[in-house]
Amino acid sequence: MMDDFMIRAALAGIGVAFAAAPLGCFVVWRRMAYFGDATAHAAILGVALSLAFSMSIFVGTVVVALLMALVVSILSGRGYAMDTLLGVLAHSAIAFGLVAVSFLSGVRIDLMAYLFGDILAVSQDDLAVIWGGAVLVVALIGWRWSALLTSTLNEDLAYASGINPKREQLALTFALAITVAVAIKVVGVLLIAAMLIIPAAAARPLSRTPEGMALMAGLIGVVSAIIGLRAAYVFDTPAGPSIVCIAALTFLVTSVFKAVRPQR
Amino acid sequence: MSLVQVDELCVTYGATPALSRVSLRIDPGEIVTIVGPNGSGKTSLLRAIIGAIKPFKGQVSHARDLKIGYVPQKLHIDETLPITVSRFLNLQGGVTSTDISDALTQAGVPELEKAQLSQLSGGQFQRVLLARALIAKPDLLLLDEATQGLDQRGSASFYQQIETVRNTTGCAVLMISHELHVVMSASDRVICLNSHICCEGTPAVVASAPEYRALFGSGTGGALALYRHEHDHGHDHADHHHHHTKVVE
Repeated sequence: MMDDFMIRAALAGIGVAFAAAPLGCFVVWRRMAYFGDATAHAAILGVALSLAFSMSIFVGTVVVALLMALVVSILSGRGYAMDTLLGVLAHSAIAFGLVAVSFLSGVRIDLMAYLFGDILAVSQDDLAVIWGGAVLVVALIGWRWSALLTSTLNEDLAYASGINPKREQLALTFALAITVAVAIKVVGVLLIAAMLIIPAAAARPLSRTPEGMALMAGLIGVVSAIIGLRAAYVFDTPAGPSIVCIAALTFLVTSVFKAVRPQR
Repeated sequence: MSLVQVDELCVTYGATPALSRVSLRIDPGEIVTIVGPNGSGKTSLLRAIIGAIKPFKGQVSHARDLKIGYVPQKLHIDETLPITVSRFLNLQGGVTSTDISDALTQAGVPELEKAQLSQLSGGQFQRVLLARALIAKPDLLLLDEATQGLDQRGSASFYQQIETVRNTTGCAVLMISHELHVVMSASDRVICLNSHICCEGTPAVVASAPEYRALFGSGTGGALALYRHEHDHGHDHADHHHHHTKVVE
Protein backbone atom coordinates (compact mmCIF):
# COMPACT_ATOMS: atom_id res chain seq x y z
CA MET A 1 0.00 0.00 0.00
CA MET A 2 3.01 2.28 0.38
CA ASP A 3 3.52 3.77 -3.02
CA ASP A 4 6.93 4.30 -4.48
CA PHE A 5 6.81 8.05 -3.85
CA MET A 6 5.96 7.39 -0.23
CA ILE A 7 9.08 5.28 0.16
CA ARG A 8 11.20 7.99 -1.40
CA ALA A 9 9.56 10.56 0.87
CA ALA A 10 10.26 8.44 3.95
CA LEU A 11 13.88 7.95 2.93
CA ALA A 12 14.23 11.71 2.36
CA GLY A 13 12.72 12.47 5.77
CA ILE A 14 15.00 9.95 7.49
CA GLY A 15 18.05 11.43 5.72
CA VAL A 16 17.25 14.94 6.94
CA ALA A 17 16.50 13.74 10.48
CA PHE A 18 19.81 11.88 10.46
CA ALA A 19 21.83 15.02 9.58
CA ALA A 20 19.75 17.37 11.71
CA ALA A 21 20.13 15.38 14.95
CA PRO A 22 23.81 15.90 15.86
CA LEU A 23 23.87 19.36 14.31
CA GLY A 24 20.65 20.29 16.12
CA CYS A 25 22.22 19.33 19.45
CA PHE A 26 25.03 21.83 18.86
CA VAL A 27 22.52 24.45 17.75
CA VAL A 28 20.70 23.96 21.06
CA TRP A 29 23.82 23.78 23.26
CA ARG A 30 25.38 26.85 21.67
CA ARG A 31 22.13 28.79 21.63
CA MET A 32 22.27 29.20 17.88
CA ALA A 33 18.55 28.66 17.21
CA TYR A 34 18.07 32.07 15.62
CA PHE A 35 21.30 31.68 13.72
CA GLY A 36 19.90 28.47 12.25
CA ASP A 37 16.69 30.27 11.39
CA ALA A 38 18.50 33.13 9.65
CA THR A 39 20.60 30.71 7.62
CA ALA A 40 17.50 28.76 6.61
CA HIS A 41 15.60 31.88 5.60
CA ALA A 42 18.51 33.03 3.48
CA ALA A 43 18.04 29.84 1.48
CA ILE A 44 14.95 31.26 -0.25
CA LEU A 45 17.23 33.92 -1.74
CA GLY A 46 19.47 31.06 -2.80
CA VAL A 47 16.54 29.40 -4.55
CA ALA A 48 15.78 32.61 -6.46
CA LEU A 49 19.40 33.06 -7.53
CA SER A 50 19.70 29.41 -8.55
CA LEU A 51 16.65 29.72 -10.78
CA ALA A 52 17.83 33.06 -12.24
CA PHE A 53 21.25 31.69 -13.15
CA SER A 54 19.84 28.23 -13.89
CA MET A 55 22.18 26.38 -11.60
CA SER A 56 21.53 23.60 -9.13
CA ILE A 57 19.30 24.67 -6.25
CA PHE A 58 21.52 22.74 -3.87
CA VAL A 59 24.60 24.75 -4.86
CA GLY A 60 22.70 28.05 -4.78
CA THR A 61 21.28 27.50 -1.32
CA VAL A 62 24.58 26.26 0.15
CA VAL A 63 26.39 29.33 -1.18
CA VAL A 64 23.80 31.84 0.06
CA ALA A 65 23.47 30.08 3.43
CA LEU A 66 27.25 30.22 3.87
CA LEU A 67 27.31 33.89 2.86
CA MET A 68 24.58 34.59 5.40
CA ALA A 69 26.54 32.84 8.15
CA LEU A 70 29.62 34.83 7.16
CA VAL A 71 27.77 38.17 7.23
CA VAL A 72 26.35 37.34 10.66
CA SER A 73 29.75 36.51 12.10
CA ILE A 74 31.31 39.65 10.57
CA LEU A 75 28.57 41.96 11.83
CA SER A 76 28.21 40.42 15.28
CA GLY A 77 29.93 42.33 18.03
CA ARG A 78 29.72 45.59 16.11
CA GLY A 79 27.16 47.43 18.13
CA TYR A 80 24.05 45.32 17.55
CA ALA A 81 22.63 42.74 19.88
CA MET A 82 22.73 39.29 18.29
CA ASP A 83 18.95 38.81 18.27
CA THR A 84 18.40 42.19 16.60
CA LEU A 85 21.04 41.45 14.00
CA LEU A 86 19.63 38.01 13.25
CA GLY A 87 16.09 39.40 13.14
CA VAL A 88 17.13 41.99 10.59
CA LEU A 89 19.09 39.54 8.45
CA ALA A 90 16.67 36.60 8.58
CA HIS A 91 13.64 38.60 7.59
CA SER A 92 15.45 40.72 5.01
CA ALA A 93 16.80 37.57 3.43
CA ILE A 94 13.37 36.05 3.06
CA ALA A 95 11.84 39.32 1.82
CA PHE A 96 14.57 39.88 -0.75
CA GLY A 97 14.27 36.23 -1.74
CA LEU A 98 10.54 36.51 -2.34
CA VAL A 99 10.97 39.74 -4.30
CA ALA A 100 13.78 38.19 -6.35
CA VAL A 101 11.58 35.19 -7.18
CA SER A 102 8.84 37.53 -8.47
CA PHE A 103 11.32 39.03 -10.96
CA LEU A 104 11.89 35.67 -12.58
CA SER A 105 9.80 35.98 -15.73
CA GLY A 106 8.77 32.88 -17.59
CA VAL A 107 9.49 30.60 -14.66
CA ARG A 108 6.40 29.69 -12.74
CA ILE A 109 7.66 28.24 -9.56
CA ASP A 110 5.65 26.91 -6.73
CA LEU A 111 6.80 29.10 -3.84
CA MET A 112 4.90 27.02 -1.33
CA ALA A 113 7.10 24.06 -2.22
CA TYR A 114 10.19 25.97 -1.09
CA LEU A 115 8.61 27.59 1.95
CA PHE A 116 7.03 24.43 3.36
CA GLY A 117 8.74 21.65 1.46
CA ASP A 118 7.43 19.18 -1.06
CA ILE A 119 8.57 15.87 0.29
CA LEU A 120 6.10 13.84 -1.78
CA ALA A 121 7.76 15.14 -4.97
CA VAL A 122 11.25 13.97 -4.00
CA SER A 123 12.94 12.33 -6.99
CA GLN A 124 15.68 9.72 -7.10
CA ASP A 125 18.19 12.50 -7.78
CA ASP A 126 16.91 14.56 -4.86
CA LEU A 127 17.27 11.51 -2.67
CA ALA A 128 20.89 11.10 -3.74
CA VAL A 129 21.60 14.77 -2.90
CA ILE A 130 19.82 14.53 0.46
CA TRP A 131 21.68 11.38 1.52
CA GLY A 132 24.98 12.64 0.16
CA GLY A 133 24.58 15.84 2.14
CA ALA A 134 23.40 14.04 5.26
CA VAL A 135 26.35 11.65 5.24
CA LEU A 136 28.72 14.58 4.71
CA VAL A 137 27.23 16.50 7.66
CA VAL A 138 27.27 13.50 10.01
CA ALA A 139 30.81 12.60 8.97
CA LEU A 140 32.01 16.19 9.48
CA ILE A 141 30.43 16.49 12.92
CA GLY A 142 31.58 13.01 13.92
CA TRP A 143 35.13 13.88 12.88
CA ARG A 144 35.19 17.15 14.83
CA TRP A 145 33.03 15.87 17.71
CA SER A 146 35.44 16.17 20.68
CA ALA A 147 36.86 19.47 19.49
CA LEU A 148 33.39 20.88 18.88
CA LEU A 149 32.21 19.70 22.27
CA THR A 150 35.22 21.22 24.05
CA SER A 151 34.77 24.54 22.22
CA THR A 152 31.08 24.52 23.09
CA LEU A 153 31.81 23.99 26.78
CA ASN A 154 34.38 26.77 27.00
CA GLU A 155 36.52 28.51 24.39
CA ASP A 156 39.50 29.00 26.69
CA LEU A 157 39.43 25.34 27.65
CA ALA A 158 39.62 24.59 23.92
CA TYR A 159 42.55 26.94 23.36
CA ALA A 160 44.42 25.42 26.29
CA SER A 161 43.97 21.95 24.73
CA GLY A 162 45.29 23.19 21.39
CA ILE A 163 41.89 23.47 19.69
CA ASN A 164 40.97 26.56 17.70
CA PRO A 165 37.30 27.25 18.51
CA LYS A 166 36.96 29.59 15.52
CA ARG A 167 37.80 26.74 13.16
CA GLU A 168 35.27 24.48 14.88
CA GLN A 169 32.66 27.20 14.54
CA LEU A 170 33.41 27.30 10.83
CA ALA A 171 32.89 23.53 10.55
CA LEU A 172 29.55 23.89 12.27
CA THR A 173 28.50 26.75 9.98
CA PHE A 174 29.41 24.67 6.96
CA ALA A 175 27.39 21.72 8.27
CA LEU A 176 24.45 24.04 8.88
CA ALA A 177 24.54 25.37 5.31
CA ILE A 178 24.57 21.83 3.89
CA THR A 179 21.72 20.75 6.14
CA VAL A 180 19.62 23.73 5.10
CA ALA A 181 20.24 22.96 1.46
CA VAL A 182 19.23 19.31 1.77
CA ALA A 183 16.27 19.95 4.05
CA ILE A 184 14.65 22.57 1.83
CA LYS A 185 12.85 19.97 -0.28
CA VAL A 186 11.68 18.04 2.75
CA VAL A 187 10.37 20.62 5.23
CA GLY A 188 10.93 23.94 3.44
CA VAL A 189 12.87 26.99 4.63
CA LEU A 190 10.33 28.01 7.26
CA LEU A 191 10.48 24.72 9.15
CA ILE A 192 14.14 23.68 8.79
CA ALA A 193 15.04 25.19 12.15
CA ALA A 194 12.25 23.09 13.67
CA MET A 195 13.88 19.88 12.44
CA LEU A 196 17.14 21.01 14.04
CA ILE A 197 15.84 22.17 17.38
CA ILE A 198 12.76 20.15 18.27
CA PRO A 199 14.22 16.59 18.18
CA ALA A 200 17.29 17.77 20.13
CA ALA A 201 15.17 19.57 22.71
CA ALA A 202 12.88 16.54 22.99
CA ALA A 203 15.91 14.30 23.53
CA ARG A 204 17.38 16.41 26.34
CA PRO A 205 15.34 15.04 29.28
CA LEU A 206 16.14 11.47 28.24
CA SER A 207 19.91 11.91 28.01
CA ARG A 208 22.86 11.85 30.39
CA THR A 209 25.69 12.37 27.90
CA PRO A 210 26.12 14.52 24.77
CA GLU A 211 26.41 11.42 22.58
CA GLY A 212 23.27 9.96 24.11
CA MET A 213 21.42 13.15 23.32
CA ALA A 214 22.55 13.16 19.69
CA LEU A 215 21.49 9.53 19.20
CA MET A 216 18.18 10.10 20.92
CA ALA A 217 17.57 13.22 18.79
CA GLY A 218 18.25 11.13 15.69
CA LEU A 219 15.81 8.48 16.82
CA ILE A 220 13.11 11.06 17.59
CA GLY A 221 13.70 12.78 14.24
CA VAL A 222 13.47 9.54 12.27
CA VAL A 223 10.34 8.36 14.10
CA SER A 224 8.74 11.80 13.62
CA ALA A 225 9.50 11.68 9.89
CA ILE A 226 7.93 8.24 9.49
CA ILE A 227 4.85 8.85 11.65
CA GLY A 228 4.41 12.37 10.26
CA LEU A 229 4.41 11.10 6.69
CA ARG A 230 1.98 8.36 7.54
CA ALA A 231 -0.30 10.89 9.26
CA ALA A 232 -0.08 13.21 6.25
CA TYR A 233 -1.12 10.29 4.02
CA VAL A 234 -4.01 9.24 6.24
CA PHE A 235 -5.38 12.69 7.07
CA ASP A 236 -4.37 14.33 3.79
CA THR A 237 -2.38 17.04 5.57
CA PRO A 238 0.80 18.80 4.32
CA ALA A 239 3.72 16.41 4.88
CA GLY A 240 6.50 18.74 6.14
CA PRO A 241 4.36 20.43 8.80
CA SER A 242 2.95 17.04 9.84
CA ILE A 243 6.47 15.76 10.54
CA VAL A 244 7.22 18.85 12.64
CA CYS A 245 3.93 18.38 14.53
CA ILE A 246 4.89 14.85 15.52
CA ALA A 247 8.32 16.04 16.69
CA ALA A 248 6.62 18.79 18.71
CA LEU A 249 4.28 16.26 20.33
CA THR A 250 7.31 14.15 21.26
CA PHE A 251 8.86 17.23 22.85
CA LEU A 252 5.67 17.69 24.85
CA VAL A 253 5.76 14.09 26.04
CA THR A 254 9.43 14.13 27.10
CA SER A 255 8.98 17.49 28.83
CA VAL A 256 6.11 16.07 30.87
CA PHE A 257 8.29 13.03 31.60
CA LYS A 258 11.00 15.40 32.90
CA ALA A 259 8.50 17.27 35.07
CA VAL A 260 7.29 14.01 36.58
CA ARG A 261 10.84 12.76 37.16
CA PRO A 262 12.73 15.93 38.11
CA GLN A 263 15.80 14.07 39.33
CA ARG A 264 16.94 13.51 35.76
CA MET B 1 64.63 25.25 29.75
CA SER B 2 61.57 27.25 30.83
CA LEU B 3 58.12 25.85 30.18
CA VAL B 4 56.75 29.19 29.10
CA GLN B 5 58.60 32.31 28.16
CA VAL B 6 56.83 35.62 27.69
CA ASP B 7 58.84 38.41 26.09
CA GLU B 8 57.82 42.07 26.08
CA LEU B 9 54.17 41.09 25.70
CA CYS B 10 51.72 43.87 24.83
CA VAL B 11 48.00 43.19 24.58
CA THR B 12 45.42 45.79 23.62
CA TYR B 13 41.62 45.73 23.36
CA GLY B 14 40.80 48.25 20.66
CA ALA B 15 42.68 51.33 21.81
CA THR B 16 42.83 50.23 25.44
CA PRO B 17 46.11 48.69 26.48
CA ALA B 18 45.67 45.72 28.82
CA LEU B 19 49.26 44.58 29.15
CA SER B 20 52.40 46.47 28.35
CA ARG B 21 55.84 44.96 27.99
CA VAL B 22 55.31 42.01 30.29
CA SER B 23 58.13 39.48 30.43
CA LEU B 24 58.23 36.38 32.54
CA ARG B 25 59.34 32.76 32.59
CA ILE B 26 57.86 29.75 34.26
CA ASP B 27 60.30 26.99 35.17
CA PRO B 28 59.43 23.34 35.77
CA GLY B 29 57.95 22.59 39.19
CA GLU B 30 57.58 26.13 40.53
CA ILE B 31 54.42 27.73 41.86
CA VAL B 32 54.03 31.28 40.64
CA THR B 33 51.18 33.53 41.68
CA ILE B 34 50.02 36.61 39.85
CA VAL B 35 48.39 39.24 42.01
CA GLY B 36 46.99 42.57 40.94
CA PRO B 37 43.91 44.78 41.20
CA ASN B 38 40.82 44.30 39.03
CA GLY B 39 41.45 45.15 35.40
CA SER B 40 45.20 44.79 35.79
CA GLY B 41 45.41 42.29 32.92
CA LYS B 42 45.82 39.09 34.93
CA THR B 43 43.30 37.09 32.92
CA SER B 44 44.58 38.62 29.66
CA LEU B 45 48.05 37.36 30.53
CA LEU B 46 46.77 33.83 31.12
CA ARG B 47 44.69 33.91 27.94
CA ALA B 48 47.68 35.10 25.96
CA ILE B 49 49.70 32.19 27.37
CA ILE B 50 47.13 29.62 26.19
CA GLY B 51 46.86 31.36 22.81
CA ALA B 52 43.29 32.62 23.18
CA ILE B 53 44.37 36.19 22.46
CA LYS B 54 46.99 37.34 20.02
CA PRO B 55 49.75 39.58 21.33
CA PHE B 56 49.76 43.10 19.90
CA LYS B 57 53.53 43.08 20.33
CA GLY B 58 56.02 40.72 21.87
CA GLN B 59 55.70 36.97 22.00
CA VAL B 60 54.78 33.94 24.02
CA SER B 61 56.76 30.77 23.52
CA HIS B 62 56.10 27.33 24.90
CA ALA B 63 58.52 24.51 25.55
CA ARG B 64 58.27 21.77 22.93
CA ASP B 65 55.24 19.49 23.52
CA LEU B 66 54.16 21.54 26.51
CA LYS B 67 50.99 20.15 28.05
CA ILE B 68 48.85 22.77 29.74
CA GLY B 69 46.09 22.05 32.23
CA TYR B 70 43.80 25.04 32.41
CA VAL B 71 41.29 25.79 35.13
CA PRO B 72 39.14 28.72 33.99
CA GLN B 73 37.71 31.37 36.26
CA LYS B 74 34.22 30.07 35.78
CA LEU B 75 32.61 27.72 33.38
CA HIS B 76 28.95 27.91 32.62
CA ILE B 77 27.43 24.59 31.61
CA ASP B 78 24.25 25.16 29.68
CA GLU B 79 21.27 23.31 31.16
CA THR B 80 20.59 21.90 27.69
CA LEU B 81 23.90 20.04 27.56
CA PRO B 82 23.79 16.75 29.45
CA ILE B 83 27.23 15.59 30.50
CA THR B 84 28.53 13.42 33.31
CA VAL B 85 31.72 14.16 35.19
CA SER B 86 33.49 11.14 33.74
CA ARG B 87 32.53 12.12 30.18
CA PHE B 88 33.75 15.66 30.86
CA LEU B 89 37.11 14.34 32.03
CA ASN B 90 37.39 12.31 28.82
CA LEU B 91 36.62 15.14 26.39
CA GLN B 92 39.75 14.60 24.36
CA GLY B 93 39.42 10.84 24.44
CA GLY B 94 42.08 8.27 25.22
CA VAL B 95 41.49 8.33 28.96
CA THR B 96 40.92 5.13 30.93
CA SER B 97 38.49 4.80 33.83
CA THR B 98 41.49 4.37 36.15
CA ASP B 99 42.82 7.73 34.94
CA ILE B 100 39.44 9.27 35.70
CA SER B 101 39.20 7.95 39.24
CA ASP B 102 42.87 8.84 39.87
CA ALA B 103 42.34 12.42 38.71
CA LEU B 104 39.18 12.80 40.78
CA THR B 105 40.95 11.43 43.83
CA GLN B 106 43.85 13.78 43.22
CA ALA B 107 41.42 16.69 43.05
CA GLY B 108 39.75 15.54 46.25
CA VAL B 109 36.36 14.46 44.85
CA PRO B 110 36.58 10.70 44.18
CA GLU B 111 32.83 10.11 44.50
CA LEU B 112 31.59 12.34 41.69
CA GLU B 113 32.32 10.20 38.64
CA LYS B 114 28.71 9.56 37.66
CA ALA B 115 27.26 12.94 38.66
CA GLN B 116 25.84 15.38 36.12
CA LEU B 117 28.07 18.41 35.70
CA SER B 118 25.17 20.85 35.93
CA GLN B 119 24.20 19.57 39.38
CA LEU B 120 27.50 20.06 41.20
CA SER B 121 28.01 22.65 43.90
CA GLY B 122 30.50 25.47 43.29
CA GLY B 123 33.27 23.78 45.25
CA GLN B 124 32.73 20.38 43.63
CA PHE B 125 32.67 22.00 40.21
CA GLN B 126 36.02 23.75 40.71
CA ARG B 127 37.55 20.46 41.83
CA VAL B 128 36.15 18.67 38.80
CA LEU B 129 37.70 21.40 36.63
CA LEU B 130 40.97 20.76 38.44
CA ALA B 131 40.63 17.01 37.85
CA ARG B 132 40.08 17.69 34.15
CA ALA B 133 43.16 19.86 34.03
CA LEU B 134 45.19 17.15 35.80
CA ILE B 135 44.05 14.20 33.74
CA ALA B 136 46.28 14.99 30.78
CA LYS B 137 49.27 14.97 33.17
CA PRO B 138 50.17 18.59 32.42
CA ASP B 139 53.63 20.12 32.71
CA LEU B 140 52.00 23.41 33.63
CA LEU B 141 48.80 24.05 35.52
CA LEU B 142 47.11 27.42 34.91
CA LEU B 143 44.52 28.54 37.44
CA ASP B 144 42.46 31.68 36.91
CA GLU B 145 40.94 32.58 40.27
CA ALA B 146 39.98 28.97 40.63
CA THR B 147 38.52 29.44 44.11
CA GLN B 148 36.02 32.12 43.20
CA GLY B 149 32.81 31.42 45.07
CA LEU B 150 34.44 29.12 47.62
CA ASP B 151 34.47 30.03 51.28
CA GLN B 152 37.62 30.58 53.30
CA ARG B 153 38.02 26.95 54.30
CA GLY B 154 37.14 25.67 50.83
CA SER B 155 39.74 27.80 49.10
CA ALA B 156 42.41 27.08 51.69
CA SER B 157 41.96 23.35 51.18
CA PHE B 158 41.83 23.87 47.41
CA TYR B 159 45.24 25.54 47.44
CA GLN B 160 46.59 22.85 49.73
CA GLN B 161 45.45 20.37 47.11
CA ILE B 162 47.32 22.34 44.45
CA GLU B 163 50.50 22.20 46.48
CA THR B 164 50.06 18.47 47.02
CA VAL B 165 49.54 17.99 43.30
CA ARG B 166 52.70 19.93 42.52
CA ASN B 167 54.65 17.90 45.06
CA THR B 168 53.42 14.56 43.71
CA THR B 169 53.40 15.26 39.96
CA GLY B 170 56.11 17.91 39.74
CA CYS B 171 54.07 20.15 37.44
CA ALA B 172 54.57 23.89 37.50
CA VAL B 173 51.67 26.07 38.58
CA LEU B 174 50.83 29.56 37.43
CA MET B 175 47.83 31.02 39.18
CA ILE B 176 45.87 34.18 39.63
CA SER B 177 44.31 34.82 42.97
CA HIS B 178 42.72 37.51 45.04
CA GLU B 179 43.24 35.55 48.21
CA LEU B 180 46.70 36.85 48.84
CA HIS B 181 47.04 35.53 52.36
CA VAL B 182 46.30 31.98 51.25
CA VAL B 183 48.32 31.84 48.07
CA MET B 184 51.29 33.91 49.14
CA SER B 185 52.42 31.27 51.59
CA ALA B 186 52.14 28.48 49.02
CA SER B 187 53.97 30.31 46.24
CA ASP B 188 57.61 30.13 45.31
CA ARG B 189 57.34 33.41 43.45
CA VAL B 190 54.81 36.21 43.29
CA ILE B 191 54.34 38.59 40.39
CA CYS B 192 52.51 41.79 41.09
CA LEU B 193 50.79 42.97 37.93
CA ASN B 194 49.13 46.25 37.07
CA SER B 195 49.24 46.30 33.24
CA HIS B 196 52.98 46.05 33.65
CA ILE B 197 54.94 44.02 36.18
CA CYS B 198 55.23 46.22 39.27
CA CYS B 199 57.42 43.93 41.29
CA GLU B 200 58.20 40.28 41.63
CA GLY B 201 60.08 37.88 43.84
CA THR B 202 59.51 35.64 46.82
CA PRO B 203 56.29 36.27 48.75
CA ALA B 204 58.21 38.04 51.51
CA VAL B 205 60.00 40.34 49.07
CA VAL B 206 56.82 41.26 47.21
CA ALA B 207 54.79 41.79 50.38
CA SER B 208 57.27 44.40 51.54
CA ALA B 209 57.81 46.08 48.17
CA PRO B 210 56.55 49.68 48.05
CA GLU B 211 54.84 49.09 44.66
CA TYR B 212 52.86 46.25 46.16
CA ARG B 213 51.93 48.29 49.21
CA ALA B 214 50.76 51.08 46.97
CA LEU B 215 48.34 48.70 45.25
CA PHE B 216 47.14 46.65 48.17
CA GLY B 217 47.26 49.04 51.10
CA SER B 218 50.09 50.13 53.33
CA GLY B 219 49.46 47.96 56.37
CA THR B 220 52.62 47.05 58.20
CA GLY B 221 51.91 43.41 58.93
CA GLY B 222 52.39 42.02 55.45
CA ALA B 223 50.14 39.07 54.75
CA LEU B 224 48.39 39.29 58.10
CA ALA B 225 47.32 42.86 57.43
CA LEU B 226 45.95 41.80 54.09
CA TYR B 227 44.10 38.98 55.73
CA ARG B 228 42.31 41.42 58.00
CA HIS B 229 41.78 43.93 55.28
CA GLU B 230 40.07 41.50 52.97
CA HIS B 231 37.58 40.42 55.55
CA ASP B 232 36.71 43.90 56.68
CA HIS B 233 34.02 44.07 54.05
CA GLY B 234 31.67 41.93 52.08
CA HIS B 235 30.66 39.54 54.84
CA ASP B 236 27.76 39.36 57.21
CA HIS B 237 28.38 40.10 60.82
CA ALA B 238 28.61 36.57 62.16
CA ASP B 239 31.08 35.57 59.50
CA HIS B 240 33.06 38.73 60.11
CA HIS B 241 33.30 38.06 63.77
CA HIS B 242 34.33 34.47 63.19
CA HIS B 243 37.21 35.49 60.95
CA HIS B 244 38.46 38.04 63.42
CA THR B 245 38.55 35.39 66.04
CA LYS B 246 40.66 33.28 63.76
CA VAL B 247 43.04 36.15 63.11
CA VAL B 248 43.46 36.76 66.80
CA GLU B 249 44.30 33.10 67.34
